Amino acid sequence: MQFYASPEQVQRDRSEYARKGIARGRSAVVLTYEGGILLVAENITTLRKISEIYDKIGFAAVGRYNEFENLRRAGVRMADLNGYSFDRRDVTGRGLANAFTQTLGAIFSETQKPYEVEICIAQVGATPESDELYRITYDGSVMDEPGFMAMGGQAEAISNVLRERHDTAAELQDALALAAEALGSVGGENGQPRRLEAKQLEVAVLDRRRKGRAFRRIAGSSLNELLAGSADVADADLGEVDAAPPGPAEDKPTVSAASVDTEGEARAASDDPAEPADDVNGDGS
Amino acid sequence: MAKDFDPSGRLPDFFMNAGTSSFTQFLTHASPELLPGRRPLPPGMAADLAPHGTTIVAIATAEGVVMAGDRRATMGNLIASRDIEKVHAADSYSLIGIAGTAGIGIELMRLFQVELEHYEKIEGIMLSLDGKANRLAGMVRGNLGAAMQGLAVVPLFAGFDLSPADPSRAGRIFSFDVAGGLYEETGYDSIGSGSLFAKSALKKKYRRGVSTDDAVRLAVEALYDAADDDTATGGPDVTRKIYPVVMSATAQGVHRLTEEQITAVAESVVAGRMENPGG
Repeated sequence: MQFYASPEQVQRDRSEYARKGIARGRSAVVLTYEGGILLVAENITTLRKISEIYDKIGFAAVGRYNEFENLRRAGVRMADLNGYSFDRRDVTGRGLANAFTQTLGAIFSETQKPYEVEICIAQVGATPESDELYRITYDGSVMDEPGFMAMGGQAEAISNVLRERHDTAAELQDALALAAEALGSVGGENGQPRRLEAKQLEVAVLDRRRKGRAFRRIAGSSLNELLAGSADVADADLGEVDAAPPGPAEDKPTVSAASVDTEGEARAASDDPAEPADDVNGDGS
Repeated sequence: MAKDFDPSGRLPDFFMNAGTSSFTQFLTHASPELLPGRRPLPPGMAADLAPHGTTIVAIATAEGVVMAGDRRATMGNLIASRDIEKVHAADSYSLIGIAGTAGIGIELMRLFQVELEHYEKIEGIMLSLDGKANRLAGMVRGNLGAAMQGLAVVPLFAGFDLSPADPSRAGRIFSFDVAGGLYEETGYDSIGSGSLFAKSALKKKYRRGVSTDDAVRLAVEALYDAADDDTATGGPDVTRKIYPVVMSATAQGVHRLTEEQITAVAESVVAGRMENPGG
């Protein structure tokens, strides 16, 4: 049996559904600092909420993982397609934000279930004033944020902390301390602030001084040092673009598609173990 | 640009689906016209239609690999370019050099570069060096039809293996044939019209575990020998100050020798040949 529901009611219900979903999750903050843009998410899993889209463009998201992962892939594909067919500098954060807002808007109005996500597209510029932060919400609305933003969970309370203390001239360790404090300002027992450890945080920067791909993850010991307030973490210690090289290579012929247990023994037999290290061309000359 | 845009303005499905991590495979849905190897070619030989790139050498060193390429492109008996650059970074730990039809080689290289970066961003992890080499082999194979009409392109691929089976051989070199055959080379390799002479020079001078600095010198010497005997390979151009492009890939990533560094090496090689033309 069909009941009539007014369009306003339908939209309201969808909005409420999406907002509730987003508020259930953990939060993420994005803020500019002197050396670039800092992206921090409270995340204890290895599934990422923060990633690289293109040279100067980063992505942060909260909400349902499968939904924002879809959007992230779409963003990378769109950026790479434009960069390949035109030039790398023709890929802009605004263009991506436009594509996301259209997509989320269409999904919100056309499908039964809206995406329960909120995303940030951050583009780092030459100065903090030229940084761009776009907040795109579940219904496709887009906002140009003034240097900092918080999403997901109790975003309003976290925003208030950032609003009071955010400083575009701050150093990286100060910006990180502020982000960790803001994220920890909610969710504690009896309203007490929490102190977030390195393993509870996913951290990356868009480094404005770096040529080419500006996105770097900060993890492990360099994150610990930065959280402890150390100012002298070398540039080189800010992780690779997206580190974690593949596991140890298996010694099997590159062209073979068979697994190493079928190839391994023949190879071991053919290798000459007595070959001296400084042998010339392996022919004894 | 991408075809079949939804009237709602929403990105089409192939942008959003889980599917593949390969940029080439994504292009088959989004913009197949951007893919090489799909264009119908009229019958006949087209070998002298477009410029050809010539000699590239790669040398495995104690720290990784060094790759160098001369700067000449030819069209039949003419010099099409004196300052073409045929050696590039494929990603932050690997290098690619191209020989053969320049236009097709450049397209292949561009697509390969985006392919590697795309995979890295989508998956959050870099392809293994073997994975990169196999991917490139597939792309060369896609050009077989054009190669049979004289528009062949053969790359040379070398890189630093971040997780090698044998740490003393982290610098690895891969060569290809026009049909997409992939061969791992030990020590050194060269491709292009002057490769015969460059390889002969390296055969006599190469020692396993050579340092990067020495390998740079060896590479420039080998290119000099190639240019000495092959008209399509350009030697160091001292009047115009055009010297080979030399790049290295080590644990610190890829690095291109600066203008001053390569000028110093090339001038010292030329000075050496003034005394002894045979090197």
